Amino acid sequence: MSAVEVEAGTVKGSYLTDGVTLRSWLLTTDHKRIALLYLGSITLFFFVGGAAAALIRYNLITPQGMIASAETYNRIFTVHGVVMVWFFLIPAVPVTLGNFIVPLMLGARDLAFPKLNLASWYLFVIAGAVVLYSLFVGGVDTGWTFYTPLSSNYARGHVVLTVVGIFIAGFSSIATGLNFIVTIHRLRAPGMTWYRMPVFLWSLYATSVILVLATPVLAMTLLLLAFERIFGIGVFDPALGGDPLLFQHLFWFYSHPAVYVMILPGFGVVSEIIPAFSRKSLFGYKFVVWCSISIAVISFLVWGHHMFVAGTSLYSALVFSILSYMVAVPSAIKVFNWIGTMHKGFIHFDAPMLYALGFIGLFTVGGLTGLFVAALAADVHLTQTYFVVAHFHYVMVGGMVSAFFAGLHYWWPKITGRMYPEMWGRAGALIIFIGFNLTFFPQFILGYLGMPRRYHSYPPEFAVLNVLSSAGATILAVGYLLPLAYLTWSLFRGERAPANPWRATGLEWMTPSPPPTVNFISTPIVTEEPYSYPPPESVQRHV
Amino acid sequence: MSLWLPEASTTAPEIDHLIIALVLISCVVLALVFGLMLLYMFKYRAGSDVDRGALADKTWRLETAWTVATLVAFFGLFVWGANLYVRLFQPPADALKIYIIAKQWMWKVEHAGGQREIDAVHFPVGRPIQLVMTSEDVIHDFSVPAFRIKYDVLPGRYETLWFHSDRPGTYHLFCTQFCGTDHAHMIGDIVAMPQAEYQKWLERNGTGETLAEAGKTLFMRYGCSGCHGGNGAGGNQSGSTVRAPPLAGLYGSPVTLADGRVVTADDRYIRDCILTPDTQRVASYPPVMPSFSGQIGEEDLLDIISYIKSLAPEKPL
Repeated sequence: MSAVEVEAGTVKGSYLTDGVTLRSWLLTTDHKRIALLYLGSITLFFFVGGAAAALIRYNLITPQGMIASAETYNRIFTVHGVVMVWFFLIPAVPVTLGNFIVPLMLGARDLAFPKLNLASWYLFVIAGAVVLYSLFVGGVDTGWTFYTPLSSNYARGHVVLTVVGIFIAGFSSIATGLNFIVTIHRLRAPGMTWYRMPVFLWSLYATSVILVLATPVLAMTLLLLAFERIFGIGVFDPALGGDPLLFQHLFWFYSHPAVYVMILPGFGVVSEIIPAFSRKSLFGYKFVVWCSISIAVISFLVWGHHMFVAGTSLYSALVFSILSYMVAVPSAIKVFNWIGTMHKGFIHFDAPMLYALGFIGLFTVGGLTGLFVAALAADVHLTQTYFVVAHFHYVMVGGMVSAFFAGLHYWWPKITGRMYPEMWGRAGALIIFIGFNLTFFPQFILGYLGMPRRYHSYPPEFAVLNVLSSAGATILAVGYLLPLAYLTWSLFRGERAPANPWRATGLEWMTPSPPPTVNFISTPIVTEEPYSYPPPESVQRHV
Repeated sequence: MSLWLPEASTTAPEIDHLIIALVLISCVVLALVFGLMLLYMFKYRAGSDVDRGALADKTWRLETAWTVATLVAFFGLFVWGANLYVRLFQPPADALKIYIIAKQWMWKVEHAGGQREIDAVHFPVGRPIQLVMTSEDVIHDFSVPAFRIKYDVLPGRYETLWFHSDRPGTYHLFCTQFCGTDHAHMIGDIVAMPQAEYQKWLERNGTGETLAEAGKTLFMRYGCSGCHGGNGAGGNQSGSTVRAPPLAGLYGSPVTLADGRVVTADDRYIRDCILTPDTQRVASYPPVMPSFSGQIGEEDLLDIISYIKSLAPEKPL
């Protein structure tokens, strides 16, 4: 891909050894170190949200609820939603893998605004601290969606405090999005034209555009909610002259595009890994690129599909239904392209590839069940039930979290300079895939049978499927603890990683693992298309 | 455990057909995706020396083919779902109305004959039923899985939902919009009864005063009769000094508003007239009616609307 050869040996030390004091980490402007700061923070939040998920599944083992108080249960699932959405799913790939890899992939020395990058981490930490504090002083019981007038005038928890936390996290998102957009426009290495950019960069570009355009709407909405709650200004509560549906429109105008903020970077990760482990260039590169962009555009026009039974006009529902089908088309095209990439490849089954294959399978189920809830009449029956819960967990957890793990394993040697233990990596991917399906597949059936979401207790006929789901969750929990254990172990004991352990293309593999603080000793010059793997006939001769 | 949910309304089988079609389509796509993935994982594994041949250098034909196929399939699903959805929410004209008032955390149900119940809805099979629903506090959702229907119940407005059941039985009623602490206890029974039993139930639970009769008392007490006349005959005609539109025969008829709109006087319209009269002013009448917003409870409102409705001449079916 580049004329630059790996210059290992000429480099003394790496970004990891360039200053070892706490101060050198907390005041760093190196995108690679900031990525690690973020990785630590989101790992913490992932396990806080995961603990809440474990309590949810524990409660639902019996019909009357294992946790004595409904109020406690309601607060637990709200914590789960708030922490997972805003403090794990939305930031996860962009701020960790994105932060680390974007400048390396571009052949740049850092992001365009290194200090802004550090500031956005501090904003994120402050936001997270506020939300965790609100959790410790009692939490909130509105669900992560904060529907009015429940949240503005009826809920008793610390709504304003939590909302302030999310408000601050929003600014962190905006700063990151802005940083990526400017970096990709301005800091591409010589020869790195737009169509020579790997899909990961395109995906993060599309993601950043959504972050910058949609997050301010969330900020305004939450501000209005806080005003209504504190000062009694009637915006959403009809008793004060407001309109409760206005909140839903504004909330989903942000929160639906936010779904694509979560999944688009995952698409990007998988689009790197499938070619790398198939030793073959990405099938339909330009289609995949423009699918990302069109998803980002159409995602702004589908928020109404969260409101098919909410009391909006019948005919607006028709428009939102067809637009929802439109936004699913590019996602379907991507799945076909990934499979096309495997065709005639030389497929290796290292852990990143297994996670990526798991992603394709689970995301496809999530996408297909999206067709159910986009079909208006079917949505009337399925919405607000466990069917929807299963659907978005297949997309967000089966899809996005698998992609995050895929990327984490793929770039782990580059980030840490160590190899993770391969057998454990493969076992983790397999256990997560199995545990995930056991946890969430029964929920599709529960939803069809009518079990509503957010129920602390439920009629006894739903018990068997709930027990199945909770049993699956224990396997899933093992699956998520496993990478935590072996990745941590590998930091100290892992085999030293070469510069390019996967023989992959991409500028990030042209510099030592871990990279020096300056990323590249001399500026790389790009002369080739992305994913320039040798054609099969030339490889076959060696086999 | 039962993997089967009764199809207790006339539209339930239609929705199930759509869902079954979606399941079949999903199975085909999953078989294709997983099948190809597993095939390639085996056939093109790195160790396999199967002949790869040359790669196709043009992909746009394939891309166009699967894009078009996806679009066509999606468009078909859209039309199917949309057509059924529109029909799901068009109530027949002769539906029996039952009134639902939701509050944290119970369902209050009122029948035209004055029968009131909590967390249960009794109704006759064999004829369409229309629910007129509102909430006294937060947003709730009236969901009956056996009928495959649900709709949000909002404060400050009426939403309607209709169904037609031919199968006597008792089914679950769930609140499916999270509404606070005891959300999971906001459940009840939907009881479909044969006509004769339903008549007996009505008689057994009658209070002696229909909603309309209760509404007539309220019509006097809130001073409506002062302007609209003792029997809703309208101002000026029955000794009232204020000119106010007559209410007899109003329900179900078209009304021309001061801003030129023509609306049908249904429950929602009459409710809005009482609560926010200046937004609903009838053409050629002065804007003198005060707003009753915040002064009349949801149950009293339903009584008054029932009274106004009873002033309408019987409509031929």
